[in-house]
Formats: sequence, C-alpha cells, structure tokens
Amino acid sequence: MEHLIEIRDLRKIYALGEEPVAALDGVSLTIEQGEFVAIMGASGSGKSTMLNILGCLDTPTSGSYLLDGIEVARRSRTELARIRNRKLGFVFQNFNLLARTTAIENVELPDFYLNRLGRSARRARARMLLERVGLGGRGTHTPAQLSGGQQQRVAIARALMNEPPVLFADEPTGNLDTKSSVEIMNLFTELSNEGITIVMVTHEDDIAAYAKRHLLMRDGHLIKDDASGGGA
Amino acid sequence: MNVFMIFRVAVRAIWRNKTRSALTMLGIIFGIAAVIVVLAIGRGASLNMVAEISKMGNNMVMIFSEQRHTAAGVRGAAGEGQSLTASDGLAIRRELSHLVQAVTPEVRTQMQVVYAEKNWSTTVYGCSTEFSTIRNWEVAEGSFFDELEEKQCARVCLIGRTVATNLFPNDDPVGRTIRIGNMPFKVKGVMGVKGVGGFGQDQDDAVLAPYTTVKRVLQASKFPDNVRHIKLSLYSMDQLDEAKREIGLLLRQRHRLADSDDDDFRIIDMAEITSTMSAVSSTMTVLLAAVAAISLLVGGIGIMNIMLVSVTERIREIGLRMAIGATPANILGQFILEAVVLSTLGGALGVALGVAGAQTIGNLQGWPILVEPSSAIGAFLFSALVGMFFGFYPAWRASRLNPIDCLRYE
Ligand SMILES: Nc1ncnc2c1ncn2[C@@H]1O[C@H](COP(=O)(O)OP(=O)(O)OP(=O)(O)O)[C@@H](O)[C@H]1O
Ligand SMILES: [Mg+2]
Repeated sequence: MEHLIEIRDLRKIYALGEEPVAALDGVSLTIEQGEFVAIMGASGSGKSTMLNILGCLDTPTSGSYLLDGIEVARRSRTELARIRNRKLGFVFQNFNLLARTTAIENVELPDFYLNRLGRSARRARARMLLERVGLGGRGTHTPAQLSGGQQQRVAIARALMNEPPVLFADEPTGNLDTKSSVEIMNLFTELSNEGITIVMVTHEDDIAAYAKRHLLMRDGHLIKDDASGGGA
Repeated sequence: MNVFMIFRVAVRAIWRNKTRSALTMLGIIFGIAAVIVVLAIGRGASLNMVAEISKMGNNMVMIFSEQRHTAAGVRGAAGEGQSLTASDGLAIRRELSHLVQAVTPEVRTQMQVVYAEKNWSTTVYGCSTEFSTIRNWEVAEGSFFDELEEKQCARVCLIGRTVATNLFPNDDPVGRTIRIGNMPFKVKGVMGVKGVGGFGQDQDDAVLAPYTTVKRVLQASKFPDNVRHIKLSLYSMDQLDEAKREIGLLLRQRHRLADSDDDDFRIIDMAEITSTMSAVSSTMTVLLAAVAAISLLVGGIGIMNIMLVSVTERIREIGLRMAIGATPANILGQFILEAVVLSTLGGALGVALGVAGAQTIGNLQGWPILVEPSSAIGAFLFSALVGMFFGFYPAWRASRLNPIDCLRYE
C-alpha cells in the first residue's frame, strides 16, 4: 500500500569540522495518513534534522523520501516550495510570525503564494481559522500584542491555511508555559481527530503523551518505534 | 502570488523603515533631479541659441573665401589676400536678382574709436547699404549711409547702442564726428538694440561703415576689392538649394576655376550653423548628463547597500516565507520590486525636485529653461532601471538562501 511518508536509509552528514557529523545515520520509517507522531530523543540526537527533511525544508545527503508516493529527496527548490505550500504546514518553537503584521494577515500568508482563494474568500478563511484556534477577536493584533500561547495559535491557524494533509511541529510548546502548552496540545489532538497527520518533535514526556506513536532517536539513529506494525 | 500582492508587501516593507527608506532614496532623488535640471538648462540654452542664430539674419546665406588646395599646393600667396571680391557680390546681386534680394560684403577690423575725451575699442564692420536688410537690423536714429557715400568712400558711419552709450553718455551722436583710428568719421545714425548674439557676443558693440571706406581708407588695402566674407539675403529659403547652386556656378566662372579645381569659397546657410551649434550644445548636454548619471550610479549603489542590509536583517522572514511556500522566484521578485519601488519613488520625487529646481534656477539666472516631458519620463524610467539593476544582486542572494539556514539564523 502507499504510505503518506516513506523514508529509506536517510542520511544527513554535516562536514563542517574535521570529523563529519552524521546528524541522521540511516533512518527508515513510514508514517500513514492521520497518524499523530512524536519524535523524541536527547539534544543533538537528530530530531530537528529529521523533521526538517520530512518537511522539505532541508535535503538529505543520501537516501530516499517518498511523500504521497512522490520522491522528494532530489527536487528543485521551486518544486519543494510548491510542495511545502500545498501539502505541509509548519509550527515552530519560536512561532515565526511576521512582525508588525496583523494576526489575520499572518494567517493569510500561505495563500498569497498559492493564490487559490480570492481576496475576500482568503480573508474569510483566515478569520474562520483564527476563530477555530480561539482567537476570533484578535485578528487585528500584531504579534507584539499577543501572548506566546496566542502567537503559537496564530501560527497553527497559518499552518492550516492551505489545508495541508500534514503538520510538522518542532517543539511547539518549547517556549510556552504549562497552561498554554495544554491548550496547544488540545488543539493538536482535535486536528488529529479530524484526520490531519501530525509529526511533532518534543523532549517532554507529558507533551509526547498526546501523540499516538512515539519515535526515539539517538545519535542519528531511530532506536525505538512503538507503532504497531510501524517502523522499518 | 500576483504582482499586486508582491507590490503591497514591498510598499509595506519600505513603509516600515521610513527613515531609512527616505535616506536611501536621497541618492536617487538628487541624481534624477540633477539630470532633469541639467537637461532643462541644456535644452533651453540650445533652443535659445538656435532662435538667436536664426535672428542673426533674414534668409541669410554666407560666402567665405577659402584657400584652395591644388596639386601645386596652397594657391595664393599671403599678400594676395582672398579670392572673394566685392565685385563677386555685385555680380551675384546683378545676375541672380531673381533669387537674391540683398548682398553685402563684410570686412571687420578692431579699432579704437574716440569722441572728445571718450575712447572705446570696438569692431568696425565694412558693409554695403543693404547690410541692414540682411541682418534684420534697423536704424534707430538718423539714417543709413547711401550708395553714393559707398561709392565715394565717404567717411561716414553708424554706431551700435553700446558704442553710443560709451562715447555719448549725454549727447545725441547723430551728426557728430568721431575719430576711428585717427580719421574723422561723421556719425550718420545709431543702430537699434540687437542684444546678445548666439555666441554670447554683444552685437551692439559695433561701428558700421561703407566697406569701400574701410578697405581703402581705414585699412589702405592694396587689394581693396578682396573681401573675406559676403552675406546675402534670399527672397525665400525654399530656393536655398537652387540659390546655392547658382551662386556656386557663378563664382566658379568668375574665379576661372577649371572643372577639376575645388571651390575656393564656401557657401553656408543658417541651417548649417544652427545644426552645428545644436550639435555642440547637445554634446555639452551629454557630458553634463553623464556627470548626473554618475550621481545616479552612486544612488543605485546606495540602494544595493540597503537592500543587502535588508536581506540580512529579514533573513528569518525570508526563511518563514520559504517554509510556507515562497519559491525562489517569489523572493527574487519581492526584493527586486522593493528596490524598484524605492528607486521609482525616489525617481518621482527627483523629477518633481528637478522641475522645481530648473524653474527656480531659470528664474534666478534669467536662463531659458526647457523641461521636455520625454526627459522627465526618461529619467523616471531610468530610476526604475537603476532599482532593478542594483536590486537584482541582493534579491538574487536572498532567493538563493536555504529555508532551513534562514530559520536557524540568529
Ligand atoms: N547546520 C548544521 N551544521 C553542522 N552541524 C549541524 C547542523 N545542524 C545540526 N547539526 C548537528 O547535527 C546534530 C543533530 O542536530 P539536531 O538539531 O537535529 O538535534 P536535535 O535532536 O534537534 O537537538 P535539540 O533537542 O537540541 O534541538 C547535532 O550534533 C548538531 O550539532
Ligand atoms: Mg531541535
């Protein structure tokens, strides 16, 4: 059967210093549509490297990566941009909202590059998404006028703008207090229940507990995968 | 992403850094303003010059004697003087009277003119009675000398306004006797004000006398008939080509030139002078415009500099935009458009400043000013080009960045 994500023997070698660093040292796995996956592991184990490659933000040194059955490991920068735009949503630890730009305009941004909706439809969808993440009244606020938890919710709304099948999140609660973290994770759970695939990096067990499947990494290797029938 | 949206993003980015954007634009503003001012003054001056030159004469054609090169070398020893004669002029007048309405030989000599204790150095023009018609120069007081006086080498003259005010600050010059090179001349009249000529000379600083008198009496020439220069007036400029041809034939015949000989004279009409002068002044304009263009270059480098800073400063924004789907082309377009908006905004302000500046300078200096719409539009479009050119490199650098490197950038 066709998997949503299928990676084979993925390697990422950084050759900066004298000793090349293998941030990913031959990782293989599959992820199915609708899964909620947490990637865990010690600092420097290669979690972010893995997520960035899965999110088409970075390219592997070797190995293959099929996304929706399409090989993406060696695509042009433009093609990767189109894939990210249509199929992938991102939530970052530090939110990465455009400064001095209102929440609603931040949410609209992915459709500027896709240009799927007209001006008013885009605005309407952005408003709906803000409502959805519980920020209905905050559309005209700029990031500086929002709390960290609120900013992360704007970022989630933005990630959902083009209705991507997959959401990637690198330590989405890393900069948040417990209350905000719980809010964000509840949101993720809801989205997951609606069928969106979520791949999330975290090193907090209670955050990872929201996920249905847990991957553990060490020194660029996938050492544990608790999925039934998952793994390489 | 359509152009309008990119445009909005660009305008917003510029608006966010108002002070810096304004400072960046200054280079372009002054560069464009300088171009506009220089072109306005240059075009104004050359148009004015053309107008002045055509005012110099009435359907005027000029003949100059020229030394002729033959196999034997330059013909005509120094003492022999010029090939052209006053009689040539009379012959043209007589035989080509259907084309030519007036003829004057012209000889010039720099002389000291004296009245009482007043003393003035000026140019004495020897000419015929028809000089006034040809030069479009009326007598203001008194009357021109007549043919009899011309024939008899009478010691009479007319003086230009500048000479009149210098020699006769209080008196009426008409009827007085002045000394030209120690010879007494009766002042028959004062010429009307002619003003500054196309070459910047004071045309009223002149004394007019019969050419016969100038040649025979003032210069005591051994070749009194030889003149360097003849001016004539045609009935109509439509007959210019015919007239030039006829005059050429007549002069060749009179000078007994063989078919193989070159002309020993040159016939020049005002159109030629005008076009030469415009060429000279447009060369000046080009030079000045080049200087202005250098300042635009500096302005462009300023834009490039700021855009490079801007790319570095907004590297996380670039990373984020790439992460959510901006293609390298989108990023390239965004930063180029930003540079173009900056530079065209500067260009528009520069055009406005330049037009205002040109008018002000024109008013203060009394110079003729001509702002051609084409130069304003051209300067504006050029500013867009400057933005595109100097914005390209920073934009290209931004578009080559890796999304993940941008997002990690501290
Ligand atoms: N751009 C880079 N250049 C060189 N080495 C890098 C680069 N990015 C990551 N690495 C190295 O690759 C390894 C894995 O890094 P990665 O960021 O994936 O770790 P991580 O599991 O996300 O850690 P953390 O929990 O601290 O975020 C580390 O040893 C790191 O030093
Ligand atoms: Mg990490």
